Amino acid sequence: MSDVLLSVRDLVVEFPTRRGVLTAVDRVSFDIRRGEVLGVVGESGAGKSMTGSAIIGLIEPPGHIAGGSVHIAGERIDDLPAEAMRKIRGKRIGMVFQDPLTSLNPLYTIAQQLTETIRTHLDMDDRQARARAIELMDEVGIPAASRRIDDYPHQFSGGMRQRVVIALALCAEPQLVIADEPTTALDVSVQSQIIAVLKRMCAEKGTSVMLITHDMGVIAEAADRVAVLYAGRMAEIGPVREVIKDAKHPYTAGLMGSIPTLMQDEDRLTQIPGSMPRLSEIPAGCAFGPRCPKVFDRCRTEQPAVRPVGEREVACHLFDPAMAQ
Amino acid sequence: MTDMLINVENLSRVFDVSKPWLNRVLENDEKKLLTAVNNVSFQINRGETFALVGESGSGKSTIAKLIVGLIGPSAGRIAFDGTEIASQGSVSMRQIRSRLQMIFQDPFASLNPRWRVRDIIAEPIRKFGLADEGDTQDKRVEQLLETVGLSAPDGAKYPHEFSGGQRQRVAIARALSAKPEFIVCDEPTSALDVSVQAQILNLMRDLQDEFGLTYLFISHDLSVVRHMATRIGVLYLGRLVEIADGKTLFSDPQHPYTKMLLDAVPDLEMAGRQRKPVEGEIPNPIDPPSGCAFHPRCPLANARCKTETPELAANGTGEVACFAVEEGRA
Ligand SMILES: Nc1ncnc2c1ncn2[C@@H]1O[C@H](COP(=O)(O)OP(=O)(O)OP(=O)(O)O)[C@@H](O)[C@H]1O
Ligand SMILES: Nc1ncnc2c1ncn2[C@@H]1O[C@H](COP(=O)(O)OP(=O)(O)OP(=O)(O)O)[C@@H](O)[C@H]1O
Ligand code: SF4
Ligand SMILES: [Mg+2]
Ligand SMILES: [Mg+2]
Repeated sequence: MSDVLLSVRDLVVEFPTRRGVLTAVDRVSFDIRRGEVLGVVGESGAGKSMTGSAIIGLIEPPGHIAGGSVHIAGERIDDLPAEAMRKIRGKRIGMVFQDPLTSLNPLYTIAQQLTETIRTHLDMDDRQARARAIELMDEVGIPAASRRIDDYPHQFSGGMRQRVVIALALCAEPQLVIADEPTTALDVSVQSQIIAVLKRMCAEKGTSVMLITHDMGVIAEAADRVAVLYAGRMAEIGPVREVIKDAKHPYTAGLMGSIPTLMQDEDRLTQIPGSMPRLSEIPAGCAFGPRCPKVFDRCRTEQPAVRPVGEREVACHLFDPAMAQ
Repeated sequence: MTDMLINVENLSRVFDVSKPWLNRVLENDEKKLLTAVNNVSFQINRGETFALVGESGSGKSTIAKLIVGLIGPSAGRIAFDGTEIASQGSVSMRQIRSRLQMIFQDPFASLNPRWRVRDIIAEPIRKFGLADEGDTQDKRVEQLLETVGLSAPDGAKYPHEFSGGQRQRVAIARALSAKPEFIVCDEPTSALDVSVQAQILNLMRDLQDEFGLTYLFISHDLSVVRHMATRIGVLYLGRLVEIADGKTLFSDPQHPYTKMLLDAVPDLEMAGRQRKPVEGEIPNPIDPPSGCAFHPRCPLANARCKTETPELAANGTGEVACFAVEEGRA
């Protein structure tokens, strides 16, 4: 059995608009191994959420997958009919979004929502499902679970709601959880609790996680590997320590330098001039070229391929072995 | 000698968050009051960056609005360079109005979408009659655009033609046009991407050096605060629990809440290490705990903490409001 759980190859997501086709995800490839946490970072609009939505088949039309493939445990899922995809969501892929209220129905109690999901995916009667639900709430750290399970979502704080969503995402024991900015709306103190719960639960069950966030601190703490997206394209992917401590791609390097840290005294932060281009204005060649301190002629005409560099992959002409000559 | 610019004394602000009167009568509900800012005192010296940190709802923005006079206090006083700040419109306020400015989190909401950027920037110049002789208004707007890293032709554009970071530059240029001494910055980079945040933070520091500005800097991002602040006040449920020099707060936190908050921060240096998850959550501000509001979450709480409220007291180079620290149990 292969070690790879999720395999994304040359994924393309397009939006037809009146002014032409916009490419929100441009030939993105990566793997997530079993039990691994892959962090996905990048600035607003880089295509992080779109990549996640494409994997679970939830891209809002007119957006659509225009190329590439997605396999989970060897089975291709990007071309499945809607009904088959709905079964995979929830059962094999769990989801946690930024706003817990998008995943919770305000009109039903926590007990109703958890037991219904458990019964849809697992062979249990009502009583068993309720017992399992209480167990799960306990596991995600909700105090007095057996008492609080009959409450409605609005009776929970934001952090507690996000715990419920994690319980909901995990109750069918999926192989993969896609968490899109799961802590962005929460306070730092609550963030650490949520990340800890997510990590612990997935580690115990051997669940793989795709953790989407723009917060490098969260990635540094929680991820095994990290993928850096820029303008819909993969800039760099590799083990989290290496990418943070010794970024190869000039964009990753700039990104890391621009973040103030708690340990070092930096007088000025590294700054990357300008901002990420809109989808309609992505320059020819390397998308990062106009902001890159190391840009040279080739960058302006030829889009850099994603090449292996040690344990990493980097999309930058500076790392083309042919350049060394 | 320190040169005090802002003096906040025993400042409180209470909001009435009751249901409408009729509902209260029908549902037999009581009047509900929320104390957003509770007996807060601090000073800001000329040329420094004083930061306020604290979780959501701790009262940071309410203090910011009180200081620029957008809302009035329920008790206590704020003095700007010796003059008491009252709410908008009063005579004393008009005299100091141009000397203090505010930058908000969402630059889009604070810029009039129907005005060209040059008119937005010129507004304070006109309002306060600040154009110098020989220095026309247009010239000044051009200079300001360049100061914040935009160019003169950008003045003809409208706010929606700019990116988030550029809009924040416009908001900064407008704040600067009044030639203020003091700028209140409420989450100025929270809506921006990190690479753009770095541009704005660097710009704010350069401007401080160039014009000798004093900042009140509010952010929930502790790494950003550490980078910017000379002194820091930590808020919990509307009360200041600790004030300390920027670097000292991070290297040697005193209050148990400050320690907990710092332990919770994710940081780049953390790669591979586990943060210490925080215990419990912020209580309901309408019905805060008795005594020290932090006692239900505090590992050092004792009987006294449940009944008595600790006040800020001098501790080393800073101030701390905690009985455990006072009694040497921390
Ligand atoms: N319905 C749509 N039509 C056209 N373009 C769209 C549509 N929805 C999203 N996009 C574009 O797709 C790109 C990728 O968006 P995506 O939501 O994946 O970004 P993201 O990396 O998740 O950013 P954020 O950090 O802000 O969540 C963006 O440039 C966005 O403007
Ligand atoms: N106009 C108002 N009416 C009623 N309650 C208010 C009002 N303004 C603020 N509050 C309450 O006062 C408390 C402090 O709010 P404030 O906005 O100052 O917090 P903050 O520290 O800025 O939080 P955040 O980090 O979320 O911006 C909160 O409980 C808030 O709900
Ligand atoms: S390919 Fe060129 S422009 Fe792009 S990141 Fe590398 S050096 Fe910079
Ligand atoms: Mg997103
Ligand atoms: Mg606020």
